[in-house]
Amino acid sequence: MSFQILLNLFLAFLWMFLSSNYSLSRFIIGFLLGLALIIAFRKFFKSRLYIDRVWSVIKLSFLFIKELILANVSVLVLVLRPRLELQPAFFKYDTKLTEDWEITLLSSLITLTPGTVVVHVSDDSKSLYIHVLDSNDIDETIDSIKNTFEKAILEVSRS
Amino acid sequence: MTILANILIIFFISLGVLFLVVAAIGLFRLPDLYTRAHAASKSATLGVMSILLGVFFHFWLMENHFNPTILLGVLFLFITGPVGGHIMSRSSYIAGVKPWAGTVRDDLKPEIERMKKEQNIK
Repeated sequence: MSFQILLNLFLAFLWMFLSSNYSLSRFIIGFLLGLALIIAFRKFFKSRLYIDRVWSVIKLSFLFIKELILANVSVLVLVLRPRLELQPAFFKYDTKLTEDWEITLLSSLITLTPGTVVVHVSDDSKSLYIHVLDSNDIDETIDSIKNTFEKAILEVSRS
Repeated sequence: MTILANILIIFFISLGVLFLVVAAIGLFRLPDLYTRAHAASKSATLGVMSILLGVFFHFWLMENHFNPTILLGVLFLFITGPVGGHIMSRSSYIAGVKPWAGTVRDDLKPEIERMKKEQNIK
């Protein structure tokens, strides 16, 4: 992936030298032309196109912001309700992510999700222990973590 | 144009103040440390982030001064907020702070006991 970015930068500089005009607009034109070349020659790279991965990173950050706002609205509703209706619980969630940075990202995503905070990561880093505010829908929470966050992180990290 | 900018700035700052007030009420009303960690780690993060964004827009649109340091501050809060909540609740669980009596299910207790036995901590 980093090789493709470096190649793209190299092609952009090559374009600037070819036209002997060293301005930002030339650089951007060269970068876009180099991107088109890399997309045209994508069969020759072993990993997938880097622009694809950049796109999934952008999608993941929008997911992050959306979840942060939803989490805050749910905490607001919960705290301002006249009677507190809480059923807190600690539950175990088995993850299939392996890399350390993926697990860190997943835990901070879970912490920003409505009603869940990661309390402990097991020593073999295969399961997360999550504190949940409302234990009526643990299964629903597990499903939503699995289908949205884990999928988005796997989308970023797959080669 | 100035009115639009003002609306944007006031929206962000009042949203941030609202979320900070909610975080404070949550710290007051919720029963134990672990539920308070929810209010503290989420609402305080978003509250301070929105206030910083409002300050950023004020200096950018009204004073024509683009200050990227504030955006870096937003980014750092975004990264460190959830980690702070996680570390506080984890260290208090290991130190032996009991969860609230209404806690329904506790998968964490056997795990922590096993860990303490392995490392010979009481």
